[in-house]
Amino acid sequence: MRRLIALVLVLAALFALPAHALDARVVEKLATGDSDEKSEALSALVTEGDARAIPLLEALAEGELQTAGTRVLIVRGDQAVDALTGEKVAPLPAERDDVVANNRLRREVAGALAALRLALPERAARLAAAKTLLESADPAALPLVKQALAKESDADVRAVLESIAASIEIASADQATRIAAIRRLSDAATPGIRQLLGTLVEKRPDGTFAEPDADVRLEAERSLRAIDARLAWGERVGQLFSGISLGSILLLAALGLAITYGLMGVINMAHGELIMIGAYATYLVQNAFRAWLPAYFDWYLLFAVPVAFAVSAAVGAALERLVIRHLYGRPLETLLATWGISLMLIQAMRTLFGAQNVQVENPAWMSGGIAVLPSVVLPYSRVVIVLFAAAVLVAMALALTRTRLGLYVRGVTQNRTMASCVGVPTARVDTWAFALGSGIAGLAGCALSQIGNVGPDLGQAYIIDSFMVVVLGGVGQLAGTVIAALGLGFANKLLEAWSGAVLAKIAVLAFIIVFIQKRPQGLFAARGRSAEA
Amino acid sequence: MKRRTFVKSLAASAATTALGGFSPLVLAQQKTVKVGVLHSLSGTMAISETVLKDVALMTFEEINAKGGVMGMKIEPVVVDPASNWPLFAEKARQLLTQDKVAATFGCWTSVSRKSVLPVFEELNGLLFYPVQYEGEELSKNVFYTGAAPNQQAIPAVEYLMSKEGGGAKRFVLLGTDYVYPRTTNKILRAFLKSKGVADKDIDEVYTPFGHTDYQTIVANIKKFSAGGKTAVVSTINGDSNVPFYKELGNQGLKATDVPVVAFSVGEEELRGVDTKPLVGHLAAWNYFMSLKNPANDDFRKKWADYAKAKKLPGADRPLTNDPMEATYIGIYMWKQAVEKAKTFDVDKVIAAVGGQTFAAPSGFTVKMDEKNHHLHKPVFIGEVKADGQFNVVWRTKGPIKAQPWSPFIAGNDKKKDEPDGKTKV
Repeated sequence: MRRLIALVLVLAALFALPAHALDARVVEKLATGDSDEKSEALSALVTEGDARAIPLLEALAEGELQTAGTRVLIVRGDQAVDALTGEKVAPLPAERDDVVANNRLRREVAGALAALRLALPERAARLAAAKTLLESADPAALPLVKQALAKESDADVRAVLESIAASIEIASADQATRIAAIRRLSDAATPGIRQLLGTLVEKRPDGTFAEPDADVRLEAERSLRAIDARLAWGERVGQLFSGISLGSILLLAALGLAITYGLMGVINMAHGELIMIGAYATYLVQNAFRAWLPAYFDWYLLFAVPVAFAVSAAVGAALERLVIRHLYGRPLETLLATWGISLMLIQAMRTLFGAQNVQVENPAWMSGGIAVLPSVVLPYSRVVIVLFAAAVLVAMALALTRTRLGLYVRGVTQNRTMASCVGVPTARVDTWAFALGSGIAGLAGCALSQIGNVGPDLGQAYIIDSFMVVVLGGVGQLAGTVIAALGLGFANKLLEAWSGAVLAKIAVLAFIIVFIQKRPQGLFAARGRSAEA
Repeated sequence: MKRRTFVKSLAASAATTALGGFSPLVLAQQKTVKVGVLHSLSGTMAISETVLKDVALMTFEEINAKGGVMGMKIEPVVVDPASNWPLFAEKARQLLTQDKVAATFGCWTSVSRKSVLPVFEELNGLLFYPVQYEGEELSKNVFYTGAAPNQQAIPAVEYLMSKEGGGAKRFVLLGTDYVYPRTTNKILRAFLKSKGVADKDIDEVYTPFGHTDYQTIVANIKKFSAGGKTAVVSTINGDSNVPFYKELGNQGLKATDVPVVAFSVGEEELRGVDTKPLVGHLAAWNYFMSLKNPANDDFRKKWADYAKAKKLPGADRPLTNDPMEATYIGIYMWKQAVEKAKTFDVDKVIAAVGGQTFAAPSGFTVKMDEKNHHLHKPVFIGEVKADGQFNVVWRTKGPIKAQPWSPFIAGNDKKKDEPDGKTKV
C-alpha cells in the first residue's frame, strides 16, 4: 500500500518539482538492506520522483549494482561510477559485493521504473512503460494514469493508459464505471487482463460467487468470451506455426534423403551423421569467427551455410566413391555398410570433439521473437528456419528441373541403361547426386544447430524421422516429401496439444505403421518404368 | 608395433604424473585398491555425468597424493554405460565380478540407479549415488549423497509459494518421462494439496528423453498462467534443458512473470545456453559454485587446476556443481569409513559410513545419518545470473535430515527409516 501512495506522489513530484540529488541513506538501504527494506527504499526513490534514479534502478535490475564498503557503485565491465554522485570511480575497489535482486524485487523495480518513465519525452519509452504498468496496475496509481492521459497525445500510448485506468476502475464502487471499464477491457487480449476478469466470475468453494453484483458478472462474462475467442485465435495461430516449424525441420532433415534414397535408391543409414557433420561444421565456423572475426560474429551463420554444405557434400562424395558405388543394386549390403559407416562417423566425432555436446550460439538477430499477438510470440530462430527450409526446397527443385545435372540425375534414375547409351556419364552423375543429397543434409545440420543440441548422437534422433517422411511421402516424389513432412509436423503438434508429447510420438508412429501397411507406395505412388524396379 | 609401445609408454607416463609424480618403480611396488566409476560419458546424459567422472578422478588423485586409503593407492576403473539403462546393470556387474572393485561411485538418473540396484544387492557391492532423487528407496548397499525430496523439492516449492518467491498459486509440473520426475511430482502434488492448491491449478506435463521441441509446452505454460500467478517446477533431465530454456527465452516468458525452478539444472547444464533471457529463473540445490566460504574456495581452485592440467573440455571456464560436490563428499566418506573399519570389506565399511562427518564445500559440516544412508544437507535456492552462475536467495539455517520415505506418499509412515535387507523398489 505504501508503494501505491508513493507512486501517486511520484507522478505529482514528476510534474511539479525540479530534480534534486538522490538521498544517500535511501540508496544505501536499497543496496544493503533486506528485501523489505529494499522495497521501502524503492518507494522512497519513487516518491522523490527523481529521473536520476532511473540509471540506478536499471543497474539494479541488470545486476550491475555493487557495494564497496559503504559506497554504492554501478559497475559495467571494468568501468564503475558512483551511484550517488555519478562520478567515475577508478581504480575499481578490489573488495566488491553484488547487490542481490530476487524476482520480487525485480518486479517491483520494473514497476517503479515504469512509473518514472511515464514522463519521459520519447514515445517508445512511454509506451513500453505503460505496457509494463498494465501488467501490474495498482488502484492508487489511477490519478496518475489519468494525469498522464491528460497530457498524452500519442494514440497508442493513450490506448494502453486507458486500459490501465479501466483495469483499476473495475474495483471502483460505482456500478456504471465498473461496467464501462469491463467493456473497455473486452478489446484487450493479454493473459494478465484475462486473469483479472477471471476473478470477477470465480466461484468460492461454498458455491457462492466472489462477485456479488450480477450485472457486473454478466458483463464480465461477455468480455471474457470476447477475450477468450481472441486468445483462442492466438492459440490456433501458435499451433499452426509450431506445426509449420516442426514440419520445416522434418523437411530439411528429409530433403537430402529424398535424393539419396528417394531418387537413387540408396538406403543410406549414415544420413543422420551427414546432418551431424553439417552441425559440427557450423560449430567450427562459429569458433573460427569468434577467434578471428569477433566483430562479425553475428554473421557467422551466413558463412556456415556454404561450409556445412561443402563439408557434408565432400564426405558424401567420398562415401559414394569408396563404398556405396560398389554396392549398387544390393540394398541389404548397402544398409549394413552405411550403418557401419554411421557408427564410425559417430565415434570419429566423439574422438575429435569429445562425447559431450558442443555449444553453438544463436547470433543476436536470431534470439527473441516477433509478438504477433500479445499471447503469441514467434521465435526468430524458428521463423528463419522455416524460410531457410523453403529456400532449400526451391533451390533443390530448380536444381533438379532446370539444370543439366538435374536432367542427368532424373535420366539416370528413370532408365540407367538408356541414359548411359546416350552418353550420360552415369557413374559420375551418381557421385554428384549423392554429394548433392549429402550437402543438403549438411544444410539441415546447420539449421538444427540453432535450435537443438549439437553432439555426436545428433543424427540418430533424425534418421528415423527422415525415413518416415520419405517413405510416407512416396519414394522418389519430392512433392510427397514436402506434404508428408508438413503433415507429420501438424499431426504431431495437434496431438501433442491434446495428449502430451509422449503419447503424440507414439500415436504418430502407430499411424505410419498402419498407413504403410495399407498403402506401401506412400502418399504419391511413383509412376512409369522405375515403379516396378 | 612401434606406435603401440609408444602409446603405451605415453599412457604410463601420463598415469604416473597423474598419480602425483611418483616414479614408476615406487608405483609398481605400491598395493592398489580398485574403485569403480560408473557414469555415462556419451549419450543424452553425458552433459551432466562426464564431469562427475572427472571430479571422482580428481578426488582419487588428491587422496593418492596424500598416501592413499590405508596406505593403498586408489586405482579407478572407469566404464561408460552410454546413457543406456540396461548397460548400466551390465557394467555394474562387470565392475563387481571382473574388476572386484571395493566401492563404486556412479549413476545420475534414477532409472540407471534402479537398473543397477539388483546387481549391487545380489553381489553385495557398495554404491555411492551423488544426485538428488525422488526417495522411495533404501538399500543396504547404497549410500545417497544427493538430496531426498525434503532436502530439495519441498523447500523449493515452499519458497515459490512465499511472498519472497512470488506467491505462486498455480503450478506446472514439467518433467522428463521416467521414475524421478513422476515420483517427485506425485510427492509435490500431495504436498501442494496439503497446502490447499486444487487439482485444476496443477498441470503435469512429461516429455521423452532427448526431447528438443518445446514450442507447444511453452505456449501451454503461457496459457495456463492466464489463470493466476503461476510457477513451473522443472524436473527435465539431460540436454533437453538447453532447447527448453532457449524456447522460454525466445517466447519472452520472463522469470518475473512465470518463474521456473529446476531440480536438475546446475552450472554445468547452463553452459550451453545464452543465460541473459533466463535471469531470475531458479534452481534448488545443496551446493552452488557461487557460495562464498573457504572450503568452497579450496574446492573450486582444486577443480580449476585439475581441469587445466588435464585439458578437460571447458577448462577455460571451470565450473563446479552440486552433484560434483556430492561425489567429492561421497568419496571422502568412503575413505574415512574404510579407515575406521580398517578393512575394505563391504559389510564392515557399510557399518562404518553411518555417522561420518565431512566439512563440505557448501560451507557446512555434513553428516551421514547413522541409520538411513542419507546425508544431512543444507538447502539453497539460487537465481540464475547473467553469467550462468547462481545468486543464493534463500537458504536453510543448517543441514537438515533426509526423509527418503516422503510423508506425502500414502503408506510411507509405516516404513522404517533404515534398510531392512529387503529391496523395496
